[in-house]
Amino acid sequence: MNTLSALRSFGQWFAEFRQPGRGSSWLVGILLLVTLTMSAANLLLPADSPLYVSTYTITLMGKYLCFAMLAMAVDIIWGYCGILSLGHGAFFALGGYGMGMYLMRQIGDRGVYGNADLPDFMVFLNWQELPWFWFGMDQFWFAVLMALLVPGLLAFGFGWLAFRSRVTGVYLSIMTQALTYALMLAFFRNEMGFGGNNGLTDFKDILGFDLQADGTRVALLLATTLLLVLAFLSSRAIVQSRLGRVIVAVRDAEARARFLGYRTEHYKVWLFVYSALIAAVAGMLYVPQVGIINPGEFSPLNSIEVVVWVAVGGRGTLYGAIVGALLVNYAKTRFTALMPDAWLFALGALFVIVTVYLPRGLAGIFERFAVGMRREKHGEKSWRENSGQLSAGEVSA
Amino acid sequence: MNSIHQLAGQAREVMRRDTTWPFLIPRRRMVDVSKDIILYLEDLNVSFDGFRALNNLNLYVNDGELRCLIGANGAGKTTLMDVITGKTRCDSGSAWFGQNIDLLAHDEAEIAQLGIGRKFQKPTVFEAHTVFHNLELSLRCGKGVWRALTARLSGSERDRIDEVLSIIGLESSRHQLAGALSHGQKQWLEIGMLLAAEPRLLLVDEPVAGMTAEEAERTAELLTSLAGKHTVIVVEHDMEFVRSIARTVTVLHQGSVLAEGTMDQVQNNRDVVEVYLGEGA
Repeated sequence: MNTLSALRSFGQWFAEFRQPGRGSSWLVGILLLVTLTMSAANLLLPADSPLYVSTYTITLMGKYLCFAMLAMAVDIIWGYCGILSLGHGAFFALGGYGMGMYLMRQIGDRGVYGNADLPDFMVFLNWQELPWFWFGMDQFWFAVLMALLVPGLLAFGFGWLAFRSRVTGVYLSIMTQALTYALMLAFFRNEMGFGGNNGLTDFKDILGFDLQADGTRVALLLATTLLLVLAFLSSRAIVQSRLGRVIVAVRDAEARARFLGYRTEHYKVWLFVYSALIAAVAGMLYVPQVGIINPGEFSPLNSIEVVVWVAVGGRGTLYGAIVGALLVNYAKTRFTALMPDAWLFALGALFVIVTVYLPRGLAGIFERFAVGMRREKHGEKSWRENSGQLSAGEVSA
Repeated sequence: MNSIHQLAGQAREVMRRDTTWPFLIPRRRMVDVSKDIILYLEDLNVSFDGFRALNNLNLYVNDGELRCLIGANGAGKTTLMDVITGKTRCDSGSAWFGQNIDLLAHDEAEIAQLGIGRKFQKPTVFEAHTVFHNLELSLRCGKGVWRALTARLSGSERDRIDEVLSIIGLESSRHQLAGALSHGQKQWLEIGMLLAAEPRLLLVDEPVAGMTAEEAERTAELLTSLAGKHTVIVVEHDMEFVRSIARTVTVLHQGSVLAEGTMDQVQNNRDVVEVYLGEGA
């Protein structure tokens, strides 16, 4: 009996998530609380304390949160606007490369070859001077600007061409897939000047702080949390505005929206750019924490994995994407430690199970739970009324 | 010398004081109906892979009129609507909205903003939104991305939505999801969405398809009450329904107008009897 009531209160607590305003504030609160506690436990407690959180865990959490941001970016475009992008990894990786170039320039003469003017891989390739697109990347603000501008422009150009010609559905998904694949092949080439196969790595510090230090790691985690929360709040503002309703309208009945006077392609392009920018920010935060960016990040498989996270969490709900990304990635970490080869099968099975049995993902379960709770509450109330006096319905009947 | 003259001539043509440069003409203008005709369609031709969907079609619709278009399947009714609303480009011909707006120069969104509303054959509403939000999205206002992001519902817009809700009789389900409405209610909601946009010209494609007799009757009342303030063009198969609302009927056959007149005139027209009504009689 006790466990049952505990379960029920747990359900009610979950049901809070469904209320548009309050539920998402819950999520923000939990995110902030967890990361702050983790940070404090890492910095303030001695290493032998049972409550100590290792720096490895801090970095892992930071990585998950970057993935959560990426999942949210995909959810905005897929869940709300019905555009299944299988190439969002491209924007993530481009943002990551922008940050990677900055970190690379910060190494200075501490590289293997001790060349202050050129990154190691360029010395190795016998290049004499810095390519033009590396200029200015030693400035943090400029690198961040580029890391936003390049993915943003790419998304704008791609979206403009695709949505104006009214490419939709599977064709669009295949094009996004081709986009990220083409970028992967391009970045694999040494001549591109982005480190080829090995990518950019061996970073030393960011903004003058040592990347290996605990303090920097914690700061990066907190920055990630903060930006995730900001992105979440701004996305929530968008989907709850009339703009958000137009976007859902475009998803469900594009022709109707167009004949009401909405230029649906403009809506799609700007939403695509917004989503790409969030993905780029996630990539920028990801690189300093994992310490490497290479063309593998462009791999089509990565982008598909993101779609699975969103599907598991529940598309069309922002918190669903975040929860889905966190859970699946945690499972991945655990699973690959136990049985490295089985993970892809597990992921595939997960996707099948979710699409067949949980078309609305975990968020769908929450919702069903919430509706059940509400019905149960109402049921109890009417029962009580019935025992005392006739209910309004019976009187009128 | 000659070329200089030519250049000067061109320059004079560009700088003529009695015309305006095309890019300076505002895209959104009020439609001019001083000649009492709101829609001029002349010599329209549309063909799909050799099939002539519209064949030298000529049609004029008066301002404030309720016009019914009838015709067998493939007579070009829906294609005609597509051309008017900018969905289909025609091969030749002209389509003017009032005397001053060339419909062929605009696309769907612009034409909708000029004041032409269209109801689809299959009721199409935004199922994931409530009835209220469906109407909100249809209101006549700026349809740009930024405007939508910053939009707040004003008091007069709220009143307009309430007014439309009472016209279409869906006040009680204002907070219901549109997807949960019955087929007939969806049809009404879609007509309501058109009304919320305050169009000059309403194109209504098969409004009573799948409706019960009672619902069809209410729809007929609704459409006749709209005529006058709006111009309404109804495409319908249901002859009973057409008879109950129509003042003027246009019969289409193989992409062109076969006959036009009152229902009685049309029904007694020998060509019409032969190709359309004759089949049923």
